[in-house]
Amino acid sequence: MLALWIVLGLVGLILLYGVFTYNSLVRLRVRCENAWSQIDVQLRRRYDLIPNLVESVKGYAAHEREVFEEVTNARASAQAASGVQDQARAENQLTAGIRRLIAVAENYPQLKANENFLALQEELTGTESKIAFARQFYNDQAMRLNTLVQSFPSSIVAGLGRFEQREFFDIEEPARGPVGVRF
Amino acid sequence: MFAGGLGYLFGLLLRVGIAGLIVALLIAAGLSYYSYLYGDRLVLRASRARPVTHEEEPRLHNIVEGLALAAGLPKPTVYVVPEAAPNAFATGRDPEHSSIAVTQGLLEKMNRVELEGVIGHEMSHIRDRDILLGTVVATLVGAVVLIAEYMLRWFWWGGGRLGRGRDRDGGEGFAILFALGIVFAILAPFFAQVIKMAMSRRREYLADAEGALLTRYPPGLASALRKIAADNTPMRVANNATAHLWLNQPSRIPGESNHWWENLFSTHPPIQDRIRILEEM
Repeated sequence: MLALWIVLGLVGLILLYGVFTYNSLVRLRVRCENAWSQIDVQLRRRYDLIPNLVESVKGYAAHEREVFEEVTNARASAQAASGVQDQARAENQLTAGIRRLIAVAENYPQLKANENFLALQEELTGTESKIAFARQFYNDQAMRLNTLVQSFPSSIVAGLGRFEQREFFDIEEPARGPVGVRF
Repeated sequence: MFAGGLGYLFGLLLRVGIAGLIVALLIAAGLSYYSYLYGDRLVLRASRARPVTHEEEPRLHNIVEGLALAAGLPKPTVYVVPEAAPNAFATGRDPEHSSIAVTQGLLEKMNRVELEGVIGHEMSHIRDRDILLGTVVATLVGAVVLIAEYMLRWFWWGGGRLGRGRDRDGGEGFAILFALGIVFAILAPFFAQVIKMAMSRRREYLADAEGALLTRYPPGLASALRKIAADNTPMRVANNATAHLWLNQPSRIPGESNHWWENLFSTHPPIQDRIRILEEM
C-alpha cells in the first residue's frame, strides 16, 4: 500500500515539475517575441528619422554626396533584410553610415548649432540607445530560453512542447570612441 | 506612527486592552492599504514633482524608455522635481503603476551615461518592487510597535494582579518571564526599526548592482554618485518620512558624517562605499 502512495507522490512531483518548466519555457518564448518586436519598433523609428537627417545635412553640405548615398542605400537594405543574422549585419552598416554622416556634420559649425539638427541628433542617439537596450533584453531572454531548452531535464519538456532555440542578435559594436572619417 | 498613537488613545479611552489593540491594528492595516494605493501620488505631490513630456525633456525620456526596454518593464511616468540638489526617486505599487522623478539639479549636472546609471538604479527598484516591500515592512514595524505597546500595558495593569495570590513556586518563574517580557516589549520596536533600516540599505546596494547590470556600465552610476557626494546643495523638500525613497540620503544640512550610530539608523549606505563597490565591478 505504501509503495503505491510513494509512486503516486513521485508521479505527482514529476508532473508538477513538468508544468512549472513548461510555463517557464512559454514565458521566455513570449518575452523573446515581445523583445524582438520592440527591437523592430526602434529600428523602424530609426528608418523614419534618417531622411530628415539627410535633408538637414544636405542643406549645409550638399557636396558630400558619397556619405548621403551610403546612408540611403544602407537604410534600404536594412529595411529589406530578413532573418536575424541578415538584419544584424544590415543594421550594423546603417549605424556606421549614420555615424559617418554625423561626423561629417561636425565640420559645419552652422549645422551643429541648428536646433533642428540638434533635436534630430538627440533622437538618433536615443534611438540607438534603445536599440542597444532592446537587443540586450532580447539576448538575455534568448540566452535563458536556450539554456532551458538545452539543459537536462528541462530539455525533455522542451522537446515535448516543441520549443526551439532562438538566435542571438549580435551586432559588432563600434567602439565608444570617435569614428574615422574619410574625406 | 499615527496608528500607534491612535491605538494608544483608544486603549486609554476604552480601557479595554484587547479591543484597543485590534482597533489600532485595523487602522494600521487600513492606512497601509491606502498608502499602497495612493502613496505614489502623495509622495509626488509632497516633493512638488511635475510631469514632463517627451518634447520638454527628450534626453530624459529617451533614457527612461531605453532602460524600461532593457528591464522588460512598461515605461514609468516621468517627473521633474524643482530642486537644485541632484537626486532622484522611484515610486509606485507595481511596475504598471510606477513613476520616476529626477530633480532639476540632476538633469543639469549629469551627462548621459551618469543619467543612465541613475535611471538604471531607479528602474531596478521598480522591478524588485522595493516600494511595495518598503510599505509592507513599515506596516510590520508599526504592528510590532503596537503589539509591544499592548504587552507593556498588559504587564503594567494586569501583571500585578496575577503576581498576587499565587503559589510561591509559580511566582518566581513567572517573575523572570515577566521581566523578560518587559525587556522584549521595550526593545522590540527599537530592533524593528534597526532591521527596517538595514533592509533599506541592503536594497539600495541591490539596486546599485542591478542598475549597473541593466546599463552594463557601472562607471556611469559611480560617476553620478561621486558628483552627488561632492555636491553640497541642501534639499528643501527633504523629510524623514520620504528619505528612504531617494537615490541618496537627502539632507537639509550640507556635509557628511560617518558615525556608526548614524549609519545604523540611516536608510542609505554611505555613499563612498557605494562608489567603491561600483568601481570594483
